[in-house]
Amino acid sequence: MSPEPILEVEHLTMRFGGLVAIDDLSFTAKRGDITALIGPNGAGKTTVFNCITGFYKPSAGMMRLAHPDGRFYLLERLLDFRVAQQARVARTFQNIRLFPAMTVLENLVVAQHNVLMAASGFTFGGLFGLGRYRAAERTAVDKARYWLERTNLLGRADDSAGALAYGEQRRLEIARAMCTDPVLLCLDEPAAGLNARESGELNALLRFIRTDHATSILLIEHDMSVVMEISDHIVVLDHGFKIADGTPAAIRDDPKVIAAYLGVEDEEVIKVEAEVGL
Amino acid sequence: MEYFLQQLINGITLGSIYGLIAIGYTMVYGIIGMINFAHGDVFMVGGFIALIAFLALVAIGVTAIPVALFLVLLIAMALTALYGWAIERIAYRPLRQSFRLAPLISAIGMSIILQNYIQIVQGAGAKPLPRLIEGGHTLIDSEAFAVRLSNIQIIVVLTTFVLMVAFSWLVAKTRLGRDMRACEQDLKMASLVGVNVDRTISLTFLIGAALAAVAGIMYLLYYGVVDFYIGFVAGVKAFTAAVLGGIGSLPGAMLGGILIGLIETFWSAYFTIEYKDVAAFSILIVVLIFLPTGILGRPEVEKV
Amino acid sequence: MNTQAATRKPLLATALKDATLAALVAFGLFGLLIGLRTGLGPNAALVLTTRFEELAIVVAVVFAGSLLRSLLFGRGPLMAGRFKPLLESRAARIIRRLAVPALFALAICWPLLTYHNRYLLDLGILVLTYVMLGWGLNIVVGLAGLLDLGYVAFYAVGAYSYALLAQNFELSFWICLPVAGILAAFWGVLLGFPVLRLRGDYLAIVTLAFGEIIRLVLTNWQSFTGGPNGIGNIPRPSFFGLPFNEEEDGFAAFFGLEFSSIHRIVFLFYVILALALITNWVTLRLRRLPVGRAWEAMREDEIACRALGINTTNTKLTAFAMGAMFAGIAGSFFATRQGFISPESFTFNESALVLAIVVLGGMGSQVGIAIAALAMLGGFELFRGLDQYRMLVFGAAMVVIMLWRPRGLVSTREPSLHLPKPEPSKGAA
Repeated sequence: MSPEPILEVEHLTMRFGGLVAIDDLSFTAKRGDITALIGPNGAGKTTVFNCITGFYKPSAGMMRLAHPDGRFYLLERLLDFRVAQQARVARTFQNIRLFPAMTVLENLVVAQHNVLMAASGFTFGGLFGLGRYRAAERTAVDKARYWLERTNLLGRADDSAGALAYGEQRRLEIARAMCTDPVLLCLDEPAAGLNARESGELNALLRFIRTDHATSILLIEHDMSVVMEISDHIVVLDHGFKIADGTPAAIRDDPKVIAAYLGVEDEEVIKVEAEVGL
Repeated sequence: MEYFLQQLINGITLGSIYGLIAIGYTMVYGIIGMINFAHGDVFMVGGFIALIAFLALVAIGVTAIPVALFLVLLIAMALTALYGWAIERIAYRPLRQSFRLAPLISAIGMSIILQNYIQIVQGAGAKPLPRLIEGGHTLIDSEAFAVRLSNIQIIVVLTTFVLMVAFSWLVAKTRLGRDMRACEQDLKMASLVGVNVDRTISLTFLIGAALAAVAGIMYLLYYGVVDFYIGFVAGVKAFTAAVLGGIGSLPGAMLGGILIGLIETFWSAYFTIEYKDVAAFSILIVVLIFLPTGILGRPEVEKV
Repeated sequence: MNTQAATRKPLLATALKDATLAALVAFGLFGLLIGLRTGLGPNAALVLTTRFEELAIVVAVVFAGSLLRSLLFGRGPLMAGRFKPLLESRAARIIRRLAVPALFALAICWPLLTYHNRYLLDLGILVLTYVMLGWGLNIVVGLAGLLDLGYVAFYAVGAYSYALLAQNFELSFWICLPVAGILAAFWGVLLGFPVLRLRGDYLAIVTLAFGEIIRLVLTNWQSFTGGPNGIGNIPRPSFFGLPFNEEEDGFAAFFGLEFSSIHRIVFLFYVILALALITNWVTLRLRRLPVGRAWEAMREDEIACRALGINTTNTKLTAFAMGAMFAGIAGSFFATRQGFISPESFTFNESALVLAIVVLGGMGSQVGIAIAALAMLGGFELFRGLDQYRMLVFGAAMVVIMLWRPRGLVSTREPSLHLPKPEPSKGAA
């Protein structure tokens, strides 16, 4: 079986002044896969994300996103908010970006802004309490409730997001991204700062998202136990270059990958070696 | 032609004063990324301190103008620097971790405080001072128009130039300059590698205020009058200068200052004097929209 | 006892040292500016008079204040969170719940209470005007998190729109009111469209510049705006067609009342009360709609908003236009109440005052803003002799609030929706 690609990145290059952060990167993520983007610190992983989600305009290259209905979007041509709105690419951030003063539920309802905005007749209808808007809001709350259950946050729905524990905030950010009904979910280090039990739960959640929601996942992660366990496909970056690309098993034995990691701090090498079973 | 040349001279003089104030904006913005809204009023306070110091010196018998002016320079720079330091210490430093708008609102409050404090303690009226530095040179004397370069104009431009050179040297060559540049790159990182961030920020405010004091003295000598309200308009114009030159850039601040001075002077000379501030403020808006990085600024990459 | 004495002594010593230092700094700061005063002497030259007593008092106050602070709170900085929140205990919550109906009842009854006191009635109108302005600016600053320092420009647009429309086209107040609001909103969009992409602090300075430009144009465009002399004889509003005069067809005659000039003032009071309440109603309503939630989300994190597909430029624009509209409406009310407007009423100080009210009241809190407007304007009427300290206190209030309670005096936020109890018949979705 070889499913069709959902995201094709071709010759992506990003320069900041003289610094080349991504150099001619090409890779493909397949529909229904969990694709992991790994590499040492400073390899350019988050920059790739920022290009895909429209926050940076790449210096060169093409990023083509395919929807299940066959439509295509060239992401490099879309403004940041349109990537989420039209191409339906959702993301989380390395340093969690919630709306801390708003409640958990409000965070999830804001994520459904575009749907609700249309239902409220772009505010004019909603101002005078149209029934259509109330129904749409009920649906939005139901969707929020669904994701709160999945992420085990139901009891905290009316607490402010800033009051959540770190692991809960990570889960809320994923739930919020899922409330936009994405076809591609980009997660920037979702397991960072989580303990072993929480990482396990995260793995289960990501698998659930992939199988039950037809959402493909693109993942940046340092935690090799997460990467090796759940990824279908791994892309390894080093200094903006792609140095390897393949299944977890293939990546595990790739000498170039081990060398790249050997180039960084000892601690990380030992950790990686232990995790990949060297 | 002669008229044009005269306006050029006047514009550069005025622009030098704006440039000196603009350095304070640009340095503070470079390091902590905030608009020190009260900086224009610090300039005004500097002018007042200089005025009172001069009158006090005359009262106690220091009547030799060069000696008096030199002492005034020292006193005004020191005391105004103290204001800069105190403002940062009281109104900005505790807010470094606060929410996004907090330092800015605090700065606006500070600006209102300074203006009204001076109005209360020194009165609302304009404070005239007789011309202390007389004389000048006639450069071109044609039938229609005589182009004059007064001594005070020479002093203003020369002082600005000397301070600019001294200051560039400070930033490029000294330990303090290195610390400043480190803080500009990344505050947290700078503190990790052993830069005393609090001290560096304090010193930045101190220097910025001292330069604003010099601008205040120049203003006082050039126009011969100060009032409590000069800081507001001069502040906005100097900020415009900093943005036009490229915020965070020292030569940019100077260049922007001179450009704003020239634009204002030529606008007044060839169009309408009533709308000269409208022209300056409009430039601010236009520059921010179309050239937000300024002439010499670096493009800012949004941190995601 | 011994250990206490042992820790006490160095505490006192350091406190004394700090206080002396603070006093020295204060002497440096205030020595020349307070100790000596410039005044115009004979033959128009400046002369100095000394004022050493005042200087000594100020320095002594700083010394004592610093000493007290160190002894009471220790040496650390007095940061936000150091004090217990003012209005968050249970008793306070009850008071707060009562505050809304109490303020509302007071507002409704105010003209009855002050019927024979024109001064207090006028003060009520003034306070309500600022409540309305505060609520309008709150949409921009408190909800959307955009710092607008030129808010008064839209107030001016509204005032001049009404004055010019009424004088040149003889349109009635009730037609001009929405027109002024729409014109102000239009100006808001016109300014907002290019500048709302700017970072927060740039936006602040651009709005400030815009406010000044509007004021300067109003001052200098003599033929259109009357220049510094302003516009006089602005038509007064009628009671839905019935003018407030002594004629047969006047308000008093129609209702069989004896004519009194206070009728019009009472009417104006209820007009501004209604306008303010409409502002409040619209704001509360919008907060529960997607656009309002997007405003608040934008205040919290703009980048996250964009990652969720929210068009932040449009969202900012709606907030800006909405705030401008209410300022415009308040402006045309101001024009009709005064009967005379000039650029002097629309200086930066006015913007700063409204901002101070919003900041003090707690950005986002409707009640807080009403209380802040009442406290600031009412408070100053109580101390009329201290008029010159007015702006000084506003400025100080802004700094102190930021240091001490950055979210304002009333800082609890009411969520815009709650999770309803799950229906028992429905299982997991």
